[in-house]
Amino acid sequence: MTDEELHPGIQLLGEAALVFSVAPGLQAQQRLWAACRWLQQRHADVEWVLGMGNLTARFDPLVIKATRLERALETAWAASADAVPAPGKQVEIPVRYTGADLAHVAEHAGLTVAEVIALHTSPDYTVFCLGFLPGFAYLGGLDERIACPRRAEPRLKVPAGAIGIAGSQTGIYPLASPGGWQLIGRTSLSLFDAAAATPALLAPGDTVRFVEVTR
Amino acid sequence: MTVTILKPGPLSSVQDAGRPGHGGIGLPAGGACDALALQLGNLLVGNDQGAAGIEISLGGLQLRFDRACSFALTGALADATLDGVPVGCWRRLHAQAGQVLAVGYAVLGARLLLCVAGGIEVPVVMGSRATALQSAIGGWQGRALAAGDVLPLGEARMLPVSEPAIRPPGRGDTLRVLPGPEWPLLERSAQHQLLHAPWRLTPDSNRMGAKLAGPPLTHGLGALPSHAVQPGVVQLPQAGQPILLLADAQVTGGYAKPLVVIQADLWRAAQFRPGESLHFAEVSAKDALAALQAQRDWLARLRRVLKLPQR
Repeated sequence: MTDEELHPGIQLLGEAALVFSVAPGLQAQQRLWAACRWLQQRHADVEWVLGMGNLTARFDPLVIKATRLERALETAWAASADAVPAPGKQVEIPVRYTGADLAHVAEHAGLTVAEVIALHTSPDYTVFCLGFLPGFAYLGGLDERIACPRRAEPRLKVPAGAIGIAGSQTGIYPLASPGGWQLIGRTSLSLFDAAAATPALLAPGDTVRFVEVTR
Repeated sequence: MTVTILKPGPLSSVQDAGRPGHGGIGLPAGGACDALALQLGNLLVGNDQGAAGIEISLGGLQLRFDRACSFALTGALADATLDGVPVGCWRRLHAQAGQVLAVGYAVLGARLLLCVAGGIEVPVVMGSRATALQSAIGGWQGRALAAGDVLPLGEARMLPVSEPAIRPPGRGDTLRVLPGPEWPLLERSAQHQLLHAPWRLTPDSNRMGAKLAGPPLTHGLGALPSHAVQPGVVQLPQAGQPILLLADAQVTGGYAKPLVVIQADLWRAAQFRPGESLHFAEVSAKDALAALQAQRDWLARLRRVLKLPQR
């Protein structure tokens, strides 16, 4: 199989999925949100899934030709250059900063625990996309000074609501799950509720701010 | 109308065709790992093709039919008995109220599907009855089945007392694949090894994916920005031991994807047991579409042959 006929940024992922990739970054991601909305409105029989700097189409290859979706992706990307970003929600996440790895993150950063908390609570984080677990948001905006590599040994069970740092990412575990992130705190907020009208609390384009609480 | 679980076996759960359409919020479609076996089982018992059945990993399930009903076991092959009398797989069977079905250990394949006329009628959650084990939603109380669970059944179509059977498709030991996005970035030796080495399923394989072991595969592919993956994608972590993603695979991943199993072989991917070995064989995109078309044509033919009465 060759994909020579495809746009350089478009690759087949099997016969039933197509991935459109651009250089990751906030501006590119804002365009991908717009492109994704545009495509969802026009191709409702395709599932569109955002990644970090990429957008995947999942489709029935006996119903839709990949080349048609390739053209749709190119058109959507071009149109996204002029799209006005849809305003996202602003969500405050109350956090008890008592995570088991908080001291390690502080030591790694050469900072005090209080300084780590101050740096973690100061930015407005942007939800780039969801994935990994239902309701899990990939957040952009972590202060590089508190970036920290993953744990060498992942934990078998990280509780729901745990807030962690992995590399230069921070995130919230919506469900109990195995995981290798450095845990710095925990929230009581529910990030995923299958019974809710909108099951995921966060959506791409939302802004998140962590707020320290003591109980 | 109910069935009562007496013994669940190693892992049994209520599964249907899954809940596609929620990838954008990180929820996998899930559903039966061998979706073809679910469709065929439902066909045998007169259900709509997406009705919920019980996926039985490796066998070992025992249940009691609390009312007379028709049922079928598809997917993996196992010795099964109804009140101690041997019954066959891949055919419509009829149970009287109170009879006990005992499914033995799978002798060929990894996952059986038990379809009961009327379907397992647990509540629909986000458009599906499938158990999503990781997020603990759907199915019976969002979890694997346990002894004592009493599962409600839906209303069955009237079925003839005949016992039509379907010849089970042969699994073989080969999965047909298309090259994935990172295939061209692999060195030739690594490409050769992926396609020619036997890959053995390790014991930590589950509904999310089959972890494969083989001779160490060295490659220089690092982590990628998070991107969508789906069942059938073969991921290649840095350590060089591939992961074959199955129905409950997480929606996004960050590993290289050298191969993708074709849609027509996704059911096969679900039917290997830990300890068994599989091979990958490259096909063209055209072959992949032809195989998928042939599979759908076969299903349509069976639907006509079985001439299911309309509701």
